[in-house]
Amino acid sequence: MDGLKKTPLYASHIRLRAKMVEFGGWEMPIQYSNITEEHQAVRNGVGLFDVSHMGEVIIKGEDAEKFINYLITNDVKLLGDNEIQYAMMCYENGGVVDDLLVYRKGVNHYLLIINAGNIEKDLAWIYQVAKETKMNISISDESPITAEVALQGPSAEILLQEHVNIKLSELPFFTFAEKVSLFGAECLISRTGYTGEDGFEIYADIGNIETIWNKLLDYGSQYGILPCGLGSRDTLRFEANLPLYGHEITESISPLEAGYGFCVKLDKDDFKGKAALKSQKENGLKRRIVGFELVDKGIARADYIVTDENDQEIGHVTTGYKSPTLDKSLGLALISSEYAGIGKAIYIQIRNKTLKATIVSRKFLNKNYKKQEDQK
Amino acid sequence: MKILEGLYYAKSHEWLRIEDGEAFVGISDFAQHELGDIVFVDLPSVGDEFDAQDSFGAVESVKAASDIYMPVSGVILAVNEMLEESPELINEDAYENWIIKIKITDETDIEVLMNSVQYEEHIQEEE
Repeated sequence: MDGLKKTPLYASHIRLRAKMVEFGGWEMPIQYSNITEEHQAVRNGVGLFDVSHMGEVIIKGEDAEKFINYLITNDVKLLGDNEIQYAMMCYENGGVVDDLLVYRKGVNHYLLIINAGNIEKDLAWIYQVAKETKMNISISDESPITAEVALQGPSAEILLQEHVNIKLSELPFFTFAEKVSLFGAECLISRTGYTGEDGFEIYADIGNIETIWNKLLDYGSQYGILPCGLGSRDTLRFEANLPLYGHEITESISPLEAGYGFCVKLDKDDFKGKAALKSQKENGLKRRIVGFELVDKGIARADYIVTDENDQEIGHVTTGYKSPTLDKSLGLALISSEYAGIGKAIYIQIRNKTLKATIVSRKFLNKNYKKQEDQK
Repeated sequence: MKILEGLYYAKSHEWLRIEDGEAFVGISDFAQHELGDIVFVDLPSVGDEFDAQDSFGAVESVKAASDIYMPVSGVILAVNEMLEESPELINEDAYENWIIKIKITDETDIEVLMNSVQYEEHIQEEE
């Protein structure tokens, strides 16, 4: 796989005999043992993911808060120091540039976590918006010097607590701590993830990540830890109704159509995409993403065509799996709004067959986050 | 990697076992290993007729669906119904757990298939 980028943990993946695949321009492990076992390790114990391919961008300067609020759909003013917010960056037409996490490190000092496959595109967009607004900020791409692992699952806290000098029970969901010492390395640790389970994302310099990775796997063996690849990362996020860029959200699917309106604050000051999103909301969404369960036997996969009972095309599948946790054949599909509604029937075209499905709630699985009582 | 002698193999990794004028078709141990955890097998209907190299169904892992192809032209006489409830049987033993039983309609199709030695070479070339 020539020409692909490799994370600092590449040699570890090869040593662990991972099956490697291309993902967003990176050569990444899709699985080590098998996807179902890795998935179950995260649901029932603990799993460790290499997510060093993710992008990290620092934005600071006297206009940083104002700038980010113009760049993203959520309201960054709601954040206090060491708090994190999920948001999207949209184009003027309401299509999504990327989804991201915003970490507030201090007043007018933010860390943005963006998708690996979108780093170049996002940076170009951020610089373009910066040029346009002429605000007083600095932008720094820390991706090349930052590595990241995600420790996820109900046993993540007990495992990590043995090796850090902060009290993790005092680090609620969507907050972070800086300068945490872990196996001799200085890290930023956030209580975040992409699995629907409790867990942590650990950011460190690329030179320190291999020690962290190896020691977490060593010390984690008593909790049944498994290294986990992108295969289980995708089944886990899917069951938890978390979107994947390129599937549920794209340049042509808006956050509202995708059903993530909670991170679109139409009542705040102007931001990129606001007019288009507001108009979508006021005029009613023409399409929306629904969850479905196959009634007939089969598995719906991304891009399969969705039809109505008269074989008229009404949309497409964005993600589908035989859910490892629920043992049901589930999916998400972008369809015309008139067909949306829990309990309604839709039809999925799978290899020359028409399979019946029922629209169900997208909350396939209850999330298991460690929120503070006042957190929403 | 297990490769059984006495079977015919297709480049697309199906095997064919001929027994008393009927034939069984499955996927090779190499194929099941490449696919990983099999969670669904899409089976054809009895009576369906296919040409050699037609897709007659699919074997699906957690991650993806892979078409399975007819090694020879034939009519479906039976499908292995155990795979409907237990698709993982193919992971456990890919040769014991056949997918379809067929009546071969063109015996000359067999000539282009590989024996076990040729199939082993084919896999090594692919890797």
